[in-house]
Amino acid sequence: MPSWKNVRADFPILHQQVHGKPLVYLDNGATAQKPRAVIDALVHYYERDNSNVHRGLHALSMRATDGYEGARARIAKFINAADPAEIIFTRGTTESINLVARSWGQAHLKPGDIVLATEIEHHSNLVPWQQAARASGATLKYLPVLGADGEGGLDLAALDHLLTPQVKLFAFTHISNTLGTIIPAAEFCRRARAVGAVTVIDAAQSIGHTPLDVQALGADFVAFSGHKMCGPTGIGVLYGRRALLDKLAPDETGGGMVVNVTYEGATWKPTPERFEAGTPNVADAIALGVACDYLDALGREHIAAHDAVLARVAMEKLSTLPGIRIIGPRVGAERSGLVSFAFADVHAHDIVTFADEDGVALRGGHHCNQPLMRKLGLTSTTRASFYLYNTEEEIDRLVAALRRTLTFFVGT
Amino acid sequence: MSADLTELYQQVILDHNRRPRNRGKLPTANRVAHGDNPSCGDQCSVYLRMDGDRIAEISFDGSGCAISQASASLMTTQAKGKTGPAVHALYKNFHNIVTTGNAPEEISDLAAFAGVHSFPARIKCATLGWHAALEAMKSDPLPTTTESHLD
Repeated sequence: MPSWKNVRADFPILHQQVHGKPLVYLDNGATAQKPRAVIDALVHYYERDNSNVHRGLHALSMRATDGYEGARARIAKFINAADPAEIIFTRGTTESINLVARSWGQAHLKPGDIVLATEIEHHSNLVPWQQAARASGATLKYLPVLGADGEGGLDLAALDHLLTPQVKLFAFTHISNTLGTIIPAAEFCRRARAVGAVTVIDAAQSIGHTPLDVQALGADFVAFSGHKMCGPTGIGVLYGRRALLDKLAPDETGGGMVVNVTYEGATWKPTPERFEAGTPNVADAIALGVACDYLDALGREHIAAHDAVLARVAMEKLSTLPGIRIIGPRVGAERSGLVSFAFADVHAHDIVTFADEDGVALRGGHHCNQPLMRKLGLTSTTRASFYLYNTEEEIDRLVAALRRTLTFFVGT
Repeated sequence: MSADLTELYQQVILDHNRRPRNRGKLPTANRVAHGDNPSCGDQCSVYLRMDGDRIAEISFDGSGCAISQASASLMTTQAKGKTGPAVHALYKNFHNIVTTGNAPEEISDLAAFAGVHSFPARIKCATLGWHAALEAMKSDPLPTTTESHLD
């Protein structure tokens, strides 16, 4: 097991005071902090290797190309993709899903088809499907979430009648960014495959937190962002099975993705270049590869166990607060390293402002889950989300900040 | 508690948050407008009964943080009985208070919101109810958002 106390030393940003208090960063669901190795990789690239990739015959361009393609291979290994060509660099999860929704949706969806999503999807895995359904005449359906607090997870029994042969695509999250529910992704993929539906997994919340093997899952498309797994912002990945990508038309067109261009038309390169028009985000891709090294050195199975301990401790301590409503799995049930909660008399934004004064960084709002919030009868929650550098002492700081806030607003 | 936070959560604000004035739908309303803050999910509807150019009755409904709810509540007490131009002038003063922290001496309760200026992210909370009221006063009310245009 890694020494989690030592891990903190790898993250320069953690060692600062906010409003005179040591920073407690509990907004990892939004973005994770970066270890020194990732920051150094960015600096090294811009100080030594910066150049445009591909077609370059000079030394720097070759170094940049090697770095960029090396990162692609590194990420393929990170998620056990069969082939580096299955890794398409994007700006992040949102762009990855939009690419599938537009390219795959346009080619395959027609009136009468069904796109199946779930009621717990982040807007990034929901709005693109609304758009694709609207454009194609397909129908968008949702797998329901169970329980007044969403504690029952997704309705597996309902999958039987929802996953019909009319379903052409099934889009679901791996870990809910609001409920903390862990979705049985392998089972979903297996059942989707049985009716011939293509699967799209939003892995934004799982990628840096738990081992992820795209072949073991049997996933067709997997989308994730670098910045939630200790990598830079502005870089993400769309994994797609080679057989699907080879048949897919490009979404964006331009330089770098063409073989032959005439005044009349153009022909496309194979994947992955076909989907990466223009100069790519070389520096951030290379640094994302370094983030993979960092996480694998610690072991993602250990990170998952660390997350689980923090989630368990947080659930136990938060449940003792008067009037708290925690959404998602109940105390003792499996959940990922995040907890969302609400109080009847204190709004999430007032809580976040108070906690910030205590140096505790939280997120308050609808977490890009407006339909889910509405279903649960909420307008907003406060979310504490943990990662490898968080400690049990930090959860005590969170609880103390919440007690102070409640005393101020409610007097309890 | 820090001076900034004490300044933000003034007694007047806490009082209006706990006991909002003129809250709920107005059955006699002839104008209504709804405001949203998309990033935080705060919502505020303002109902008016206009008598010519004068606000004869006003109420608000919605959900959000203490700042947004208290501000909407206080706004209704300030706007009631005033004409359109007078409410616009009040809002101009209010906007100045929450963005600069400077409150002219003759302004009483609205000055409680001076502390908002230290929390730029909360300015849109404080102005949400006002935007909905200004929208409602227009003869053909439209949905309003404080994020895409004026603070």
